[in-house]
Amino acid sequence: MAGTGDAHLRNGDADVLLKVSDLVMEFPVGEGRKVHAVSGISFDLIRGETLGLVGESGSGKSTTGRAVMQLPSPTSGSVMFEGRELTELSNDEMRRMRPRVQMIFQDPVSSLNPRRRVSDIVAEPLRVLKGRKGVSADKVAEVLDAVGLDVNKVGERRPHEFSGGQCQRISIARSLVLDPELLICDEPVSALDVSVQAQILNLLKDAKERYGLTMVFIAHDLGVVKNISNRVAVMYLGKLCEVGEAGALYNSPAHPYTAALLESVPVPDPDIRPAEREVLTTEIPSPMSPPSGCRFRTRCPHAAEICATEEPQLRAVGPDQFVACHFPLQPVPVSVS
Amino acid sequence: MTVDAPVTNDATSGTDHLLVVDDVRTHFRTSRGLVRAVDGVSFTLDGGRTLGIVGESGSGKTVLSRSIMGLLPKRHTETPTGQVLFKGNDLRAAPRKELQRIWGCDVAVVFQDPMTSLNPVMKIGKQMTESMRHHLHISQSEANVRAVELLRSVDINEPDRRLEQYPHQLSGGMRQRVTIAMALGCSPELLIADEPTTALDVTVQAQILDLLQAQQRQRNMAMIIVTHDLGVVAGRTDEIMVMYAGQVVEKAPTRELFTRVRMPYTEALLQSIPRIEDNVDTRLKVIPGRPPDLTSPPKGCRFAPRCSYTQTKCLEEPPPLVSEGDHQYRCWFPIGTSLEVDPPTRRDGALAPGVVATAGTVTTGGAD
Repeated sequence: MAGTGDAHLRNGDADVLLKVSDLVMEFPVGEGRKVHAVSGISFDLIRGETLGLVGESGSGKSTTGRAVMQLPSPTSGSVMFEGRELTELSNDEMRRMRPRVQMIFQDPVSSLNPRRRVSDIVAEPLRVLKGRKGVSADKVAEVLDAVGLDVNKVGERRPHEFSGGQCQRISIARSLVLDPELLICDEPVSALDVSVQAQILNLLKDAKERYGLTMVFIAHDLGVVKNISNRVAVMYLGKLCEVGEAGALYNSPAHPYTAALLESVPVPDPDIRPAEREVLTTEIPSPMSPPSGCRFRTRCPHAAEICATEEPQLRAVGPDQFVACHFPLQPVPVSVS
Repeated sequence: MTVDAPVTNDATSGTDHLLVVDDVRTHFRTSRGLVRAVDGVSFTLDGGRTLGIVGESGSGKTVLSRSIMGLLPKRHTETPTGQVLFKGNDLRAAPRKELQRIWGCDVAVVFQDPMTSLNPVMKIGKQMTESMRHHLHISQSEANVRAVELLRSVDINEPDRRLEQYPHQLSGGMRQRVTIAMALGCSPELLIADEPTTALDVTVQAQILDLLQAQQRQRNMAMIIVTHDLGVVAGRTDEIMVMYAGQVVEKAPTRELFTRVRMPYTEALLQSIPRIEDNVDTRLKVIPGRPPDLTSPPKGCRFAPRCSYTQTKCLEEPPPLVSEGDHQYRCWFPIGTSLEVDPPTRRDGALAPGVVATAGTVTTGGAD
């Protein structure tokens, strides 16, 4: 796996909002060495769709999300947003583009300024974009209402007075205040309790409906991702392993890594003995010197010689399911639709 | 059904249990008033058994585990009440010297965040051997040999080299393995793992939980796993205790708990977990609102303001902990019994702060 290729990209007549091609992100670490965080991945997002981006720590999923925002710009590759090439925009042009792409971060407490009041935090993007006169109290009240908070009760308070879940609501409100089209959620529920996690997931779904958002949802928990995504892309060491419609990918994972991730999800059922399941026993290799060929081969139970020499390309294994693996878990149909 | 917890009754004769926690209350003095973080918790744990303590943030599960260890700051903490008997000795009344002998030796803890529980400027080897030398009175070289063995037993490769490394040179999963190895250093009889995997990826989480389980079996230790995720403890514990607002609201052997949920809170926690087998875009059932402010918990059932089965009685009278065999729960209208509230009078999912519809009438309570 860990392949390249663009078989999974949709053709021209779909209403593509975001198209990322051959995205490469490398960070120099001195002595001529580099961290290969993202190594040539491509994906597209149709307007109104939610793409789940899954993988372990170090798979490059957060880096991918940030590269879309040009935070920082990718080493190479293209990010097309509504037909405009974001990597070629000047700082000033990018600044005017940013309101349309917003981001929510993992740690809700550290992403809010502890010294400012909630209403100021939520209004900040408006002020930055349009100046002091651009701040509309009605808009602030509206987005706070959309995340289930009452501006009259919370507006004057500061972040430390809120729980983690409420802080995440505030940062969602802040990201909605500019009416973005694309929302990149970087592990928005990983730091939250299961009960609060469910509230935030439902809230994001409602916000998506209400504001007609397109979303990239980054997470390491496949259960959470399935709940919110139409399409899922599984990443490993900077490459895509598998991309597909969420139902298909979960019902019949074609990539051994997807299958292993699914096996790792804790199941609230005492009859499933966790120790008997097949889970990954080793850790993800260093992105400074990723394995040759298929990057997953060092942990893959099906690895063979070809996996070390030849990098697998993404190919179709179903109507909307694509895998980059020499030995996918289900037979590849002869004719590809 | 008998009212009141049986644990309280055999607490006095509980010397054969490894750990007896009897009516422990931990209250903190704050500027807002007395916070009742743990409010009368009792349970027993035998050697070699595993207990899962489950609850949301603020349910008191972490304070409970620290109360057991005696790891709470004296300032701002009310004089502790209740008993914690470890092998018959009352830890709550024990002098500090005695506690220091027990800490890290007979009872060990694994905390949530391995980065903050490891010293960032001390080599792994030094950190691991420090407590072993202190407790087991062995030389540095003997301790080193033992540390290498321990690291190997928690599946860390090249253990000799790791001893010379600093925490930042290890991955998150590896750091947690090191803290587990450290906790196992003096062969504890009780291991308390406080959210051991919350900061980790699902794949690493599965590995760490498997490791804890394997070590627990091999060493025949007793183990307490504290978590907010019922999925984490489902296949890995003998018993589960669900906490809410400082109290035990349900406790049962693991299989019994999952097959016969009695307490609406436990049911709601289970329903809020996103399931792989659910269809895409399934709307999760959520528990509306937040746990109550522990300076002034609700008058009746503490969960009533958020419960979808709430009746007038729930808002007025606090339910006792009821025992049905080895299954305990704290609810006036337990699910799956003849007392269960009929579906038409439930208010699924709706947060009704104080306003509760019951069979045609609307009553207003002063909750939330």
